[in-house]
Order: sequence, then structure tokens, then C-alpha cells
Amino acid sequence: MTQSTTLARCQALQLRRLLEAGLPVAQRPYQLLAAQIGATEAAVLDQVRHWNSTGLFRRVGLVLNHRALGFRANAMLVIDIPDAAVDDAGRLLGLAPGINLCYQRPRRLPDWPYNLFCMVHGRQRDEVRQRIDALLRQLGLEALPHQLLFSTRAFKQRGGRYTPGDRHG
Amino acid sequence: MDELGKRLLDLLQHGLPLVPRPWEAIARQLGVPSRELRSRVQNWLEDGTLTRFGPMFDIEALGGAFTLAALRVPPSRFDEVAAILTDIPEVAHNYQRDHAWNMWFVLACTAHSDIARVIDRIEQRTGLDVLNLPKEQTYHVGLHFSV
Repeated sequence: MTQSTTLARCQALQLRRLLEAGLPVAQRPYQLLAAQIGATEAAVLDQVRHWNSTGLFRRVGLVLNHRALGFRANAMLVIDIPDAAVDDAGRLLGLAPGINLCYQRPRRLPDWPYNLFCMVHGRQRDEVRQRIDALLRQLGLEALPHQLLFSTRAFKQRGGRYTPGDRHG
Repeated sequence: MDELGKRLLDLLQHGLPLVPRPWEAIARQLGVPSRELRSRVQNWLEDGTLTRFGPMFDIEALGGAFTLAALRVPPSRFDEVAAILTDIPEVAHNYQRDHAWNMWFVLACTAHSDIARVIDRIEQRTGLDVLNLPKEQTYHVGLHFSV
């Protein structure tokens, strides 16, 4: 057990595993974590700040259950955009409110002609359709082949267990 | 959800301040005792409003390999194929979507070479062709969702 101001490597790994389960909802969460790995609160907080600033964490916050909040219409918008225009369109779509994720992916002809993918959430399908139609018109993309793939069932969702050493099959 | 709940969700989506007593910092902003904020978050975790509270790991910063993939599953085989995927630890999310490609899932592997191996295994076990659509460019990853 060390009480120094920086974590030993094995303590940092232990901390990462503990954080995968989430942050304790406690008055002094880092003190609780520190007690579990035999470190100081300050060292744990420093490590968390380090991970947060170097990009291991996107942020320390929360993940909403969209469905529980009434956002039951979840769709993947896919568009076939000429390669030369895909970067501009992707950036503009990514800035639009209500677009959660926006990626370029490969076409797989003839099975799959679409190369731009966005995730969209809304309360109802019609509202999502109207919002996306309006957005595509606004960006001048409405004439391009596109589809909205609404999800109808979720089979498997998983939290974030990603620390090396975990079994990945 | 009441106004305080919405404001709290909004604030927490932007991130918890990285200080020893984060709830007290938020309580000062919202003018509500920190104990009440913690009990709300605890209740949201218990009733399923939140699926997670804590650090959001950037899975790519961890050096894994990921892809989005899809299958065209005959309707009569849907549950059977879904069960096969549920059994495969690399399948992270799996959704039915209304399209000819009707089953969409994410593969999360530790290395790139694993992706081809897992896709082979899925094709063998289901007898179906996998559409493999790895990300080529990221334009936007939303961290905030307006309540």
C-alpha cells in the first residue's frame, strides 16, 4: 500500500476497472475509490483528471436512457453522397441539432449504396421523418438517395467494460 | 420530469466537475442541497432513466477495433439469429431495423485482425453474409442530448 501522490501502475489499473462500473454517487466519490485501492483522494482525482484531459474519457457524466425519457423513435439516416461532397455534407449534418453521431462508411455495391451514416433520436417517427426531410432540404441534400432505418427492437446493449485484461472472447 | 430534474440532467451531461466534492459545486449552481441531487441521480439509476453515471470511456482511445455490421435475416429466423449474436461476446449492440438489412450490430474487438475472425464465425454460424461497414471518417460524436 502506497500513500504517495501518484498512483502505482497497478493502482491505476484497479481504478480504471472500478470506474468502468461507474462513479459512486457519494459526497466524496474519489475518497471512496481511493480507500478501495489504498491510495489518497488527491492521487485518484489527479489520475481521473489526467485521463479526462488525455482523452481516455470523453467526459465524466451520464448516459441517458433515451427510451425511458420518451425518445422512442431511434433511426439511422443513410445517404449516398458523391465522394467529393461527403466531407462537407458530413460536417454540416454533424452540426445539426438532433444528429447524435455522423460517420462516413464504405459502400458495398450492389448490396449497400450508402456512405454517410447519422444517428437520430426523437419522440415519434413522423416527427423524426419531418425533421430529417427539413434538414436535408435546408442542406440541399434532399435529392440524394437516402433512407431512414428505424429500430424496432433492441437485442443486446452493453455498458463500457473495455479495460485490457478483460475477456473479449 | 420537473424543471430541476431537467436542469440537473442537462448539467450532468456536460460533465461533473472534477473536484473532491462535485455535488456541492453543482448544488451551488442549482441552489439545491447536494444530498437531494445525489438522491435524484441514484433514483434515476434505479428506475432506468440513466443507464450509466461516471466516466464515458473513449473506446477508440483504448486501442480496440470496431465496426458496424448488418445481416439480412429471413423473418422466420430472426430470434434464432439474434440469439446467436447475443452469444458472441464481441457483439456490443444489436438492433432490428426496418430494412432488407434488418439486423444491425456493432463489433467491439481488441485488435483489427479479430474483426475478420468474428465476422467469419458469424457467417458460419448463421449461414448469412455479413455487411461490414467500418468507420472511415468521424464527423460528429454528440455528447449532449437535449431533454
